[in-house]
Amino acid sequence: MAGQSTYVPKTGFTRWLDARLPILRLVSDTLTTYPTPKNLNFWYTFGGILAFMLGVQIVTGIVLAMHYVPSADLAFQSVEQRIMREVNYGWLIRYIHANGASMFFLAVYIHIFRGLYYGSYKAPREVIWLLGVLIYILMMATAFFGYVLPWGQMSFWGATVITSLFSALDQVIPHLGSAITTWLWGDFAVGDATLNRFFSLHYLVPFIIAGVVALHIWALHVPGNNNPLGIDVKGPQDTVPFHPYYTVKDAFYLALFVLVYAAIVFYAPNFFGNPDNYIQANPLVTPTDIVPEWYLLPFYAMLRSVPQKLIGVLVLVASLATLVFVPWLDTSKTRSCRFRPIMKQLFWLFAADCVLLGYVGAQTADAAWHLGDITLPLVWLARLGTLYYFAFFWVLMPLIGWFERAKPLPESIAQPVLAKV
Amino acid sequence: MAIAASPEPTRRDFLYIATGAAATVGAAFAAWPFLDQMNPSSAVLAMASIEVSLAGIEPGQQVVFKWRGHPLFVRRRTPKEIAQSRAVPVSELIDPLAENANLPDSAPATDANRATKPEWLVVVGVCTHLGCTPTVSTPQNPQGDYGGWLCHCHGSQYDVAGRVRKGPAPRNLAVPVYAFTGPNKIKVG
Amino acid sequence: MRFAFPLAGVVLSLMGIAVAQDLSQPVPPKPMNWSFEGPFGTYDRGALQRGFQVYKEVCSACHSLNMVAFSDLAAPGGPGFSEAQAKVIAAGYKIPAEPNDRGEIFDANGNRLTRPGVLADHFPPPFANEQAARAANGGALPPDLSLIVKAREGGPDYVYSILTGFVKPPHGFKVQEGKYYNEHFAGRNISMPPPLNNGSVTFSDGTPSTIDNEARSIVTFLAWASEPNLEARHSIGLQVIAFLVLLCGLLFLSYRRIWHGGRQDAAARDRPGSTTEKH
Repeated sequence: MAGQSTYVPKTGFTRWLDARLPILRLVSDTLTTYPTPKNLNFWYTFGGILAFMLGVQIVTGIVLAMHYVPSADLAFQSVEQRIMREVNYGWLIRYIHANGASMFFLAVYIHIFRGLYYGSYKAPREVIWLLGVLIYILMMATAFFGYVLPWGQMSFWGATVITSLFSALDQVIPHLGSAITTWLWGDFAVGDATLNRFFSLHYLVPFIIAGVVALHIWALHVPGNNNPLGIDVKGPQDTVPFHPYYTVKDAFYLALFVLVYAAIVFYAPNFFGNPDNYIQANPLVTPTDIVPEWYLLPFYAMLRSVPQKLIGVLVLVASLATLVFVPWLDTSKTRSCRFRPIMKQLFWLFAADCVLLGYVGAQTADAAWHLGDITLPLVWLARLGTLYYFAFFWVLMPLIGWFERAKPLPESIAQPVLAKV
Repeated sequence: MAIAASPEPTRRDFLYIATGAAATVGAAFAAWPFLDQMNPSSAVLAMASIEVSLAGIEPGQQVVFKWRGHPLFVRRRTPKEIAQSRAVPVSELIDPLAENANLPDSAPATDANRATKPEWLVVVGVCTHLGCTPTVSTPQNPQGDYGGWLCHCHGSQYDVAGRVRKGPAPRNLAVPVYAFTGPNKIKVG
Repeated sequence: MRFAFPLAGVVLSLMGIAVAQDLSQPVPPKPMNWSFEGPFGTYDRGALQRGFQVYKEVCSACHSLNMVAFSDLAAPGGPGFSEAQAKVIAAGYKIPAEPNDRGEIFDANGNRLTRPGVLADHFPPPFANEQAARAANGGALPPDLSLIVKAREGGPDYVYSILTGFVKPPHGFKVQEGKYYNEHFAGRNISMPPPLNNGSVTFSDGTPSTIDNEARSIVTFLAWASEPNLEARHSIGLQVIAFLVLLCGLLFLSYRRIWHGGRQDAAARDRPGSTTEKH
């Protein structure tokens, strides 16, 4: 917790350094002696995994930038010829970086859902949650910019579709939307000017993310970690020092995560990708299906579920803005869904809803299920899914908090053997 | 419950040491591709060797090619130039070593060690002082006092075997790895 | 598991039959087995060399292979030509030359000056630019083949299916002017004329030059062109996974040791109220 440094420098050098720049004290307080609830489970290891993935993406990205050329004429060739074929291990670093984005988002979704389930966003941890929402939005921006860089068909057309969303503002103030898109593009359409600036921003934003992550961890260390029971730490009997207990636990689960990551990189490196992106960008030929990467699909589905362009954009913005209000939308006094039987069900329904939205997002806009004589356009599933998404946060979270009777909470974390709910 | 801590590494410690060692070794192997990617790529290495045609080069003439980003001087020497060059004792030279990548490092800078086929001199056109490109001396346009090259940057002078005769350059012009692949063709690099 | 493939085959065939009735949709690609599929897949050297022959003698008339260099033919994980053989292959190609001493790039007859290829060169394209390619192909642009296997849904199965999909159109199907019927191509009208016939290529290793063999060879070659590092990727991958399994094992044991102590701590662990009890 804040304000209780127990670090004592042992050698002359460490005493000298501590008096000038207490960096070893910082490491000791945050990574070594930091008291952590002793009941954290597997779902709590993804914060560390995310920090690792940010490092991996930055390192592989900087290395790729040594060979990549951000010019519309040369970008595709610099990736598919120079990096993938000529640079020593270029193919490996590219596959690590491209699949790293998917692994990064996989980890962040698990991390977010863990926070939702155990009530980690509730007082006094609201700011941690808000910083997390900011990190998530910055990640989506980074991934969007990064996907444009190989300058394949999907890079180009995905950029065109998403940046064109701003033109919806023309309905609010005439010409405003077009002015914004022209300003974003630096041209009358996505082109070389757009690519160059996206490269610059793609390099920049991860370092902004790193800064916000530092704030996120700092904000966490003020109240300390939440835990699966959702009850506060009462004393040292409830905690263990971060090292060696959680360093080894995080290391083990990180190694497992990397094992899955390696299996994808070495044996299915194009599993998450789209074949159309192996075709060089052609402004005159639109691919039959423009789809973003899987981690953006739920939002894509929500956007497309609304026929009117401006409202669709507002729904998309609202879906992200909603996350900001979560700490105040949930009125329950109980943190963890382990003791909230109704909320638990609604949570899993929400998770299933996100998967459903993701599935619909991957289909063509006019896709439909044919069940016997009935034809069900998938856009109706997307509408249903979008409705539940907003209802979960704006209707259910506030209401259930009032009406739900939570199960009795255990006395403390250290209390022996409480049957897991 | 008092179990005295043993001073020698126990089986427990061995596990941690083994784990730490495995992680370190893994990290080292993982680091290698990130270092190796900065080495010249296969496209760069493909240009590391060039085949140069000697056809059409007259005696007394120099042709400049580009090799590994540097100028490559190929000079067809006249019999007079060869004889002149052979007459120079190695002891008079600023740099007594042949600086010929095809020969051992200790080979002396005799004319024969500079041009195995005496008619053809192949040297890298980079002044050994600070890297400028020396200007070739021709009968119509003499450069320097030795009939070879003059480097206009700081005044170094080379003879017709590319050996430095007046400083500040410390060493003879480098003879790269090359071999004749035909009567009129050499492969350099 | 034994029934998985036959079952998949039956299902896909039924799907194929069902979809085949919908003539606006292409027939899904034929499911194939390739030597390079699976975690231990490698390229069949013979197929790669035969495929190269097919590319050279058939496909290169219209399709470029811009990203493949002649030196790749001798690289590990590839067709396995020796460097000397690759040099000979390269020298057989005419590469547009740099301007001569007079600054010319055309000869007296207006032909582009060329020089023999070297290992560092890439396969030269059959047409100087996109417009020339379209003019020679009825307005259609034959795509570059360097990445074709990765650039199509269905990968090698799709490319193989296209090459072998030039069957007779079903009764009543109207083939568009200037196009050909291909049951696996979207819209079933493809601009490319059937490129392969029985005996199109005479394989030097004596493999019968049926359309099927020619297609299998060229698809293997094109798969390699799209993914030349596949064998290195699989081989390094095996070492990495093996190492990670070992590391996970060591970390798991360390984790258990730290959290739940050694044998001598077992009694202490199970005592009520101890600090390392799980919840």
